[in-house]
Amino acid sequence: MASPAHSLDFERPLLELEKKIGDLRSISRSGAVDMTVEIGRLEKKAKKLQEEIFNELSRWQIVQLSRHNARPYFLDYVNFLFTDYCELAGDRLFGEDPSLIGGFARFDGVPVMVMGHQKGRSTKENMLRNFGMPRPEGYRKAKRLFELAARFNRPILTFVDTPGAYPGIGAEERGQAEAIATNLEVMAGLPVPVISTVIGEGGSGGALAIGVGNRVLMMQYSIYSVISPEGCASILFRDATRADKAAEALKLVATDLKALGVVDEVIVEPAGGAHRNPAQAAESLGAALKKHLRELTKLKPDQLVDDRYDKFRALGVFSGK
Amino acid sequence: MSWYAKKKPKIAASVEADEVDQRSAPSRMEGLWVKCEPCGEILLREELERALNVCPSCNHHMAWNARARMLALCDEGSFEEHDEGLEAQDPLGFSDSKKYRDRIKSTRKALNENDAFVSGTARIDGQHVSIGAFLFEFMGGSMGSVVGEKVTRVFERARELDVPAIVFSSSGGARMQEGILSLMQMAKTCAALNRFREVRKPYISVLLNPTTGGVAASFSWLGDVVIAEPRALIGFAGARVIEQTIRQKLPEGFQRSEFLLEHGMIDAIVQRKELRAKLSQIIGLLS
Ligand SMILES: [Zn+2]
Repeated sequence: MASPAHSLDFERPLLELEKKIGDLRSISRSGAVDMTVEIGRLEKKAKKLQEEIFNELSRWQIVQLSRHNARPYFLDYVNFLFTDYCELAGDRLFGEDPSLIGGFARFDGVPVMVMGHQKGRSTKENMLRNFGMPRPEGYRKAKRLFELAARFNRPILTFVDTPGAYPGIGAEERGQAEAIATNLEVMAGLPVPVISTVIGEGGSGGALAIGVGNRVLMMQYSIYSVISPEGCASILFRDATRADKAAEALKLVATDLKALGVVDEVIVEPAGGAHRNPAQAAESLGAALKKHLRELTKLKPDQLVDDRYDKFRALGVFSGK
Repeated sequence: MSWYAKKKPKIAASVEADEVDQRSAPSRMEGLWVKCEPCGEILLREELERALNVCPSCNHHMAWNARARMLALCDEGSFEEHDEGLEAQDPLGFSDSKKYRDRIKSTRKALNENDAFVSGTARIDGQHVSIGAFLFEFMGGSMGSVVGEKVTRVFERARELDVPAIVFSSSGGARMQEGILSLMQMAKTCAALNRFREVRKPYISVLLNPTTGGVAASFSWLGDVVIAEPRALIGFAGARVIEQTIRQKLPEGFQRSEFLLEHGMIDAIVQRKELRAKLSQIIGLLS
């Protein structure tokens, strides 16, 4: 749950009000004074405040929600939605990358492949997870697991949550671009159902490298963009502090992507965002995955490849023939 | 202002192209003389063009316009352009210092080109190919919907005609002004390439200075054979972004063709004057 220390500016009035309600409750419970009426009044006020804040979120506020430290991450969803998770490590070429992980698991009893970017909450965790920014070995492990899933005819569920692929000397030496490119082609040809869900940040090519699905879903307060708002602002507006403006221009929230035809379904999050009720967020995500998986498992291997091809082939807006 | 007097084309951060640097466009060269920046030699323009824009004194491979390249590398009169009518729209209603719509309009007018990619069919030493090349001078060769569609069609045409595909890349990456749709061109082009593989004809990718971001991280690096011109800057992330992230200076020659060859990331570095023969050789060996 969000501690005030990790809360966002625009969440704070709500959290303060909720703290006040909690305090009144404990006073009430101690039996000293009956606060029921006051508590009821404040609860109504809190609900209204939440609606006010969340009905008119700017794109930049949604960017902040997508990066919220208390937001459920890949492994949180694994815990909520899957059993028998069996993580498989290493690219068999260079190393193991804990920022992009995956393995087999059961979804509703059925064996599937799950894979996702993994962020950390503490500094120590983030050191291990490299803030969810994979190096080439992460993408090459992903490729290995994609091919494994294809060989054993297991559906693939990917969960996107990365600021982007890691920009570093070693990553370039070992072919970051080649690793991402290869995954795009490998994913295009997978003969099994692939569902990709953006659960937090969908940062550019580093996100897309596990995002070529028959279905692409987005959690309501996640983002998906060709460049970070900060990066866009520093290049186009020559001012990284205008990230709010860039976020608006980039049209990077779930409803934008749905309108552009990139995303198939937007999964509604609990009031106040997934971090306010991770179990409920997971339940909604699980229901959507189940529905899409049911549809896709009806298709034969070549139909699955064609279905995915048609989806991406159609993307782009231009005039002329 | 002469194009050569300016610094090398700027490369933008990770997966997006910087603003257009039209000064690097050979089509806008002025005057009789050209200065080679690395060696300082003053060269007669006509002579330089005859040398395929390679400095005879230091072998610096200067920018070379895509159309001039096609003419020089393909059999005389064989290049037939396709898809030249595709034009960018403005799906996001994007605006920075300038509206995207206006930027496209003024760039099109200045360069007399519709977008950042020219493509079609041609012959090389009598062998039919489906071919395309980036126009870096058009908004940094950035890949939006039009470029993505044209690249996709290069592979589709190659598949349909059962001929090799050749793409010359020089691009700063995805076109930010088209947002997520430009990112999706990476997936679209790679899917089309994947289908083309079925016909078992070679796809030769030639990486030029510079090839970065979303173009490097998609079809460009997936050639059956990947070759690069000397000293070309090729990589995923922009130097500035890497320096800001790791807070240290990058080593000399970082992300250059020679660096990539040494790290096993490309097949060969080919001098421009030998490019035509090399393409012909590979096609002959593989189709
Ligand atoms: Zn020179």
